[in-house]
Amino acid sequence: MSDKPQFFGLHAQPGPYLTWALAAIPFILAIVIYMVAADIRHKENPQDKLLPNLSQMTDAAKRMAMDEDRRSGKILLWSDTAASLKRLAVGVALAAVVGLLLGLNMGLFPGMHVMLASGLTFISMIPPLSILPILFIMVGVDELAKVTLIFIGIFPVIARDILMAVNKIPREQITKALTLGATHLEVAYKIVLPQILPRLLESVRLALGAAWLFLIAAEAIAANEGLGYRIFLVRRYLAMDVIIPYVFWITILGFLFDSMLRLLLKKKFAWYVARG
Amino acid sequence: MNEKNNAPKLLHIENVYKQYGEKMILDNIDLIVNEGEFCTVVGPSGCGKSTLLRLILGQEPPTEGRLLLDGKPVGYPNTDRGIVYQRYSLFPHLTVLENVMLGPSLKLGLMERRRRKTELRDEAMHYLQHVNLHLHGNKYPHELSGGMQQRVAIAQALIMKPRILLMDEPFGALDPQTREDMQIFLLELWEQEKMTIFFVTHDLEEALYLGTRIFALSQYYSDDRGHDHKKRGAKIVSDHKLPSAVASNEIKHTPEFLALLETIRKDAFEKDHLQHVREFNLKHPDSYQTLTEEESNHRG
Repeated sequence: MSDKPQFFGLHAQPGPYLTWALAAIPFILAIVIYMVAADIRHKENPQDKLLPNLSQMTDAAKRMAMDEDRRSGKILLWSDTAASLKRLAVGVALAAVVGLLLGLNMGLFPGMHVMLASGLTFISMIPPLSILPILFIMVGVDELAKVTLIFIGIFPVIARDILMAVNKIPREQITKALTLGATHLEVAYKIVLPQILPRLLESVRLALGAAWLFLIAAEAIAANEGLGYRIFLVRRYLAMDVIIPYVFWITILGFLFDSMLRLLLKKKFAWYVARG
Repeated sequence: MNEKNNAPKLLHIENVYKQYGEKMILDNIDLIVNEGEFCTVVGPSGCGKSTLLRLILGQEPPTEGRLLLDGKPVGYPNTDRGIVYQRYSLFPHLTVLENVMLGPSLKLGLMERRRRKTELRDEAMHYLQHVNLHLHGNKYPHELSGGMQQRVAIAQALIMKPRILLMDEPFGALDPQTREDMQIFLLELWEQEKMTIFFVTHDLEEALYLGTRIFALSQYYSDDRGHDHKKRGAKIVSDHKLPSAVASNEIKHTPEFLALLETIRKDAFEKDHLQHVREFNLKHPDSYQTLTEEESNHRG
């Protein structure tokens, strides 16, 4: 018993250093495999574009992140990031608000549930990408179409998740609130809403991945700036040295938002985290 | 029906039936609760104690019959009735103090609430002091022990000064020692506040110890509806006046206490001991019973 296994078996308890080392292994492995493959290709052809080596990629990343574009006068990485994040933020925020209100009211008020439940299920079954052409035709190819795609893609998921969270609130609590003199609206917006806000944060965290997917897809098809637009633009020149750093950058952004939401949850909703 | 006492009855339940689908749960319940009484309701599990409480609370309507509070039909849950459940009484996102302040502050508009903030806080603190939790006002419910949570729930209900305080197995999830402490605590509080309590429990000893009156609800009885009568639900089979509760559990060992415990246990909890509806032990002066003709065809 005194000798706890570090790695193998059901009782493994990796120490602090080993924890770091173990967590790093998949990353190191991926990088090493890539470097070796890139090296092999560069031995055959020093100008190889398909697997750019590290120096090619840092050159390209530096060019995108620091030099002004000759045609537009903008620094592309930052203007692309700003354009994409704006679309993402507006789309996700709208979906969160609408999803929250729908889920909350449907969960509490049977009349609302009867009126909206089948409609919501129906909408959530539509593959969002399949209506992208409709959006382009109806609202044009500019910002509104992209924001709408993100919104339509994720609000049903958030609404259904919130609905489930509201249904899980014990009936006793609602009765209790009524005996304390709460009106029906106060039950919804003063008692139940604050209790499901943390769930909304979790819901948004999970929906962010899908939101990125819709954003990149919409940008790939019609845009004149944005992270997805750039990736699909430079694809024509097989510019892997730009594409790979861009993908890496998008991944970092996604990871950052996820951590921020998780931190917010821990900071602002300690009672929720503690209850598990 | 008892007409000796014309003082207004607080709670008046008459010919109440509750049925879920084909299953009869409550079968012609009649009872009267007077102001200031500490009523306990006891019975075997599944007899419908909690159902009766939900009917009084207004969470569900009866299938048939009337429930009157101060002479008016009970209606949906409102501030006339306070409730303490076994669990889920507290709002997890509010601190202890906010939980207690919630009721009084819901009555006020936004401006009024801000203006009278200290007043509200003082009132809530007063009630927290009553339940000995004034030092824990800023904690969240999950940071408290089970007994402390129930005391907050009691303060939260009391601050609304309900006409009747309903309690559904409030101490059911507590360990024996905490449970005993809470019983004594509740008795002291009842004496101070002069409130009316309707307390549901499956623990006969607890019911006898706490109450000034005990109702036993049971599905184990017989009547004249015949053996093939399927839809038979629980009735009040026993209704006793109890000595005024005292804040000492010495009483639990007196011969009278033990004798009554044995009687009620037999009448309500024993499957094979079937009393006839006409022989129910309804000794309490306020006790009344309305039997239908099928239940009791007066030949005997």
